[in-house]
Amino acid sequence: MLSRTAENLYWLARYVERAEYLARTIEATLRVTALPSAYIGKTNEWDSALLTAGVSAGFYQVYDKADEYNVIEYLSFAPENPSSIRNCIESARLNSRSVRTALTSEMWDTINSAWIDLQKVWGKGAKTREELANFLRFVQETSLRFDGSAYRTMLRNDAYWFSRLGFHLERADNTARILDVKYHVLLPEEEHVGGPLDYYQWTSILRSVSALTAYHWVYRETLKPWLIADLLIPNDSLPRSLASCYGNLVRNLDQIGVAYGRQGAAQRHARGIRNRLEHSHMVDIFQHGVHEFIQEFIVDNSRLGEIITKQYLI
Amino acid sequence: MAVAFDEMNGPGGDVRLAYLELSRWLKETPADALEYRRQEAELLFRRIGITFAVYGDAEAQERLIPFDVIPRIMSAKEWAILERGLKQRVRALNMFLRDIYHGRDVLRANVIPEDLIFHNPVFRPEMNGQDVPYDVYVHIAGIDIVRINPENFFVLEDNARTPSGVSYMLENREIMMRLFPDLFARHRIAPVERYPDELLSALRSVAPLSAAAEPTVALMTPGVHNSAYYEHSFLADKLGIELVEGRDLILKNDEVFMRTTEGLKRVDVIYRRVDDDFLDPLTFRPDSALGVPGLISAYAAGNITLANAVGTGIADDKAVYSYMPEIVKFYLGEEPILKNVPTWRCREPKDLAYVLDNLGELVVKEVHGSGGYGMLIGPAATKATIEAFRDKLKRDPEGFIAQPTLALSTCPTCTEAGLAPRHVDLRPFVLTGSNHVTVVPGGLTRVALKEGSLVVNSSQGGGTKDTWILDE
Repeated sequence: MLSRTAENLYWLARYVERAEYLARTIEATLRVTALPSAYIGKTNEWDSALLTAGVSAGFYQVYDKADEYNVIEYLSFAPENPSSIRNCIESARLNSRSVRTALTSEMWDTINSAWIDLQKVWGKGAKTREELANFLRFVQETSLRFDGSAYRTMLRNDAYWFSRLGFHLERADNTARILDVKYHVLLPEEEHVGGPLDYYQWTSILRSVSALTAYHWVYRETLKPWLIADLLIPNDSLPRSLASCYGNLVRNLDQIGVAYGRQGAAQRHARGIRNRLEHSHMVDIFQHGVHEFIQEFIVDNSRLGEIITKQYLI
Repeated sequence: MAVAFDEMNGPGGDVRLAYLELSRWLKETPADALEYRRQEAELLFRRIGITFAVYGDAEAQERLIPFDVIPRIMSAKEWAILERGLKQRVRALNMFLRDIYHGRDVLRANVIPEDLIFHNPVFRPEMNGQDVPYDVYVHIAGIDIVRINPENFFVLEDNARTPSGVSYMLENREIMMRLFPDLFARHRIAPVERYPDELLSALRSVAPLSAAAEPTVALMTPGVHNSAYYEHSFLADKLGIELVEGRDLILKNDEVFMRTTEGLKRVDVIYRRVDDDFLDPLTFRPDSALGVPGLISAYAAGNITLANAVGTGIADDKAVYSYMPEIVKFYLGEEPILKNVPTWRCREPKDLAYVLDNLGELVVKEVHGSGGYGMLIGPAATKATIEAFRDKLKRDPEGFIAQPTLALSTCPTCTEAGLAPRHVDLRPFVLTGSNHVTVVPGGLTRVALKEGSLVVNSSQGGGTKDTWILDE
């Protein structure tokens, strides 16, 4: 297939996944900031929402203060934020138009209808809490529908695999970012385990990656920071864990390698990261420093993006 | 202006044969049922994303072309004449182009004046002596046809560069079949769906000799912002070929390759929907970012077929158009089956004088214009517009031709005040391959939705209809 087509499919999946993640982050932050301050401490949750979205620098060029209104506006609707939900949806639609022929009609219909519906929202924003909640839900549903359409209707060929690569790479990046920003509340050294302060921070992390219910199913325990880290990093039964994303990335890259009859740097690099995730235990990760581990992962993950681009997309 | 010929209710007011069943059906069908289906059709178009962009209109980046649910119908007999006429005309166009870029017999025989060719900006000296496979220049032609009476078909314009609209012919039919299965059951309508297959086989048949046994065809688009982008992606999909942009292509040893995820892949035929000017910045406009540097050199080396060929603009120039009856006779020795609309060439002083004296009654068009831009419709224009146009015309008479304001035929159309006659034209698509010319029975019917309006162009508020050729 055309490199440009593959590139569009890859970015299309990334944009849709990113939009969903932003919507989840806003939702989780709204929940935690609605609590009395005794429960959440003095950290500015809106500030960390910006950090997990990776748009802090851009935000402060436009706004002085990271309050609820400004941050929601910036993350959801701001045309000047390249990663706002709005721009993600707009870019996803543009990418879809460029690769109409590689999408199934169900996928196109999902993106195009969502784009048509959201034109009304862009004009006026979300005025009330209810409108905002509806909007955030709509974005998540669009992502689910898109993903479901891709899963159920696409031919299993390179078009599908490139789209999956974008999706898993973006997911891994999002999970890693939230861990990067919140790692301090996961550190076992800070010995006020079980205090209300951390408890709500933890549920907030799990909500952002839709893993709160999953946690209880997997561990059948009250929230413990190292178990949260275990769930999000090496546990491959959680779809958004780093290990699960890398299991999929390696599989999709292998499928491409088999179809094209050759492997390359992307396959090797992905396998390297997967092996590291597979063979690390939380004890080691904590000993070597969660923060360092995550930061290294973020660099490795974006490096994989570059390698895929070089090998296939240009 | 005379009362226009209505294709349903003929000159005497009697329903014409081809429309009998439709007319009965219309009487049985309540108006609100029609309105409901119309809304449904609009929703379908919007969701499929069949839109076009209007240049210079930021508000309407993506607009729908209004679709009228009342079909336009022609009998098999009418179509047979039209089909023969279209094939004849396109054969002549191809022979004319071959001649213009080679021996130029037509100029030596004084059929058309030399300076009309050599001083024409769409004449491409690069094509002099350049052979193209099977001497086919215009692989895809869109010939605009109008009627003013039941007897004759007139050609209003030849589109020999990158005619668009065929996706509407195909999609209109799909949507009509979905919305009006009952109406279809009452007619026998020639299908149009084989058009993509015919197009692909025509394109493959003209692959260069150096191509592999299974030539690779690609469709080249200027990109998502082009007004006809939907059509480009639609056709690429139907043909099962890659939709490429200039940046996807690369030249190596005068061969054209596309960048794929598996490396470079040779391309043999490009169905290009990019104008000559933008094809190759090394040969044509150096500021073009849409093209492929070196493409024309691969073309000259005979390693790539471009469809349509470079330089076909000279055949759809409106001043050259006025000579088409003579051109058909010169190359084929036959009387033209399709008539030309009488045309005054403003480049000729006598004609210019007449046109200036009668601006209020005439339609004046730019010789290189398209899309209904830059034309004057005398009877519909204000005094001031006419005077402004007069100045333009005097400054550059060579740039214009004039035609009488034709009372284009009408067809019943849904309007806010119920069914009413509206003016229509027809663009059938003529395909030319290595050894045959085909026309899929049908075409794009465009309709001027405003009462009395004669401008059918989609960029100017025109709509479309499904076109039915009855199969007897």
